[in-house]
Amino acid sequence: MKLTRRQTVIAGLSVVGVATLPLPSFAANVPLVGLPDEFTRGASVGSGNIILNTPEIAENGNTVPIHVSAPGAVEIRIYAMGNPVPGVAAVTFGPLAAAQSASTRVRLAGTQDVVAIAKMQDGNFISTINQVKVTIGGCGG
Amino acid sequence: MAKGVKPRVKVPKSASAGEIITIKTLISHQMESGQRKDKEGNVIPRSIIHRFTCEFNGQSIIDIILAPAISTNPYFQFEAVVPETGEFKFTWYDDDGSVYEEIKSISVI
Repeated sequence: MKLTRRQTVIAGLSVVGVATLPLPSFAANVPLVGLPDEFTRGASVGSGNIILNTPEIAENGNTVPIHVSAPGAVEIRIYAMGNPVPGVAAVTFGPLAAAQSASTRVRLAGTQDVVAIAKMQDGNFISTINQVKVTIGGCGG
Repeated sequence: MAKGVKPRVKVPKSASAGEIITIKTLISHQMESGQRKDKEGNVIPRSIIHRFTCEFNGQSIIDIILAPAISTNPYFQFEAVVPETGEFKFTWYDDDGSVYEEIKSISVI
C-alpha cells in the first residue's frame, strides 16, 4: 500500500502527541477532545466529502477563522498538530442540525497543519488536512 | 465565576416550517489556555469554557467540546432546521463549574 501524505501525517501524530501531553490541572470530569488516535481507535481514515476552510496565511495566530463541513457526518473533530495541546474541538451533530458544518475561531501556535476528521453515519472516518502559515503565534508563553 | 461573561446569540425571530436558519453565537470569556505565564514565570491556570450545546425544544442541534485552542470569546456559527414554534436553548459550561444559559424563541409562520 502506498502511503499518502495525509496518512503519513496522521500516523506520525500519536508519537508527537504523547511526547508533548501536558498534565491536566483542571477537574478530571471535563470532557477532552484528545488525540486523533483516541477518536479513530485505529480505524483506517480515508478521504471523502469533507471540507476544511482555513486561511492560507493567518497574520494573528490568536484568532484564525476556520470552517468545517462534512455532509453525513455524526461527529467532526479538529486538531491543530503544532499546538501544545493538539485537540481543538469535537463537534457532535444532533437530529435538528440542518448541515453538518460549523464555523469558529481558533488559536494556532505557529505555522502548522490543521486536521479535520469526520466520523460518518456508517462508522467510517474521513479526514482532510490544511496547512496554515501563521505570522504571529497565538499561545503566549 | 469568571468575570464579565456575557452570551450573545443571533437567531431570526420567525421562520417558515422546515426552514434552515443560521445561528451565530458568541460568549465573552477570556479562555485562559493554561499555557501562558505571568510576569513571575508562573503558569496561569487553565480556565476555559469546555462545552457548548444548542437544543431546540429539547432536541439536540449541536454539541461541541472545546479545547484551549478555541480563541478568546468563543464564536460558533452553524445551521439548524426549524420544524415548529419553540425555543432554542444555548448552554455553555465553564471549567469552574458555572453554566451560562441563553434562550431564544422563534415562531413559525
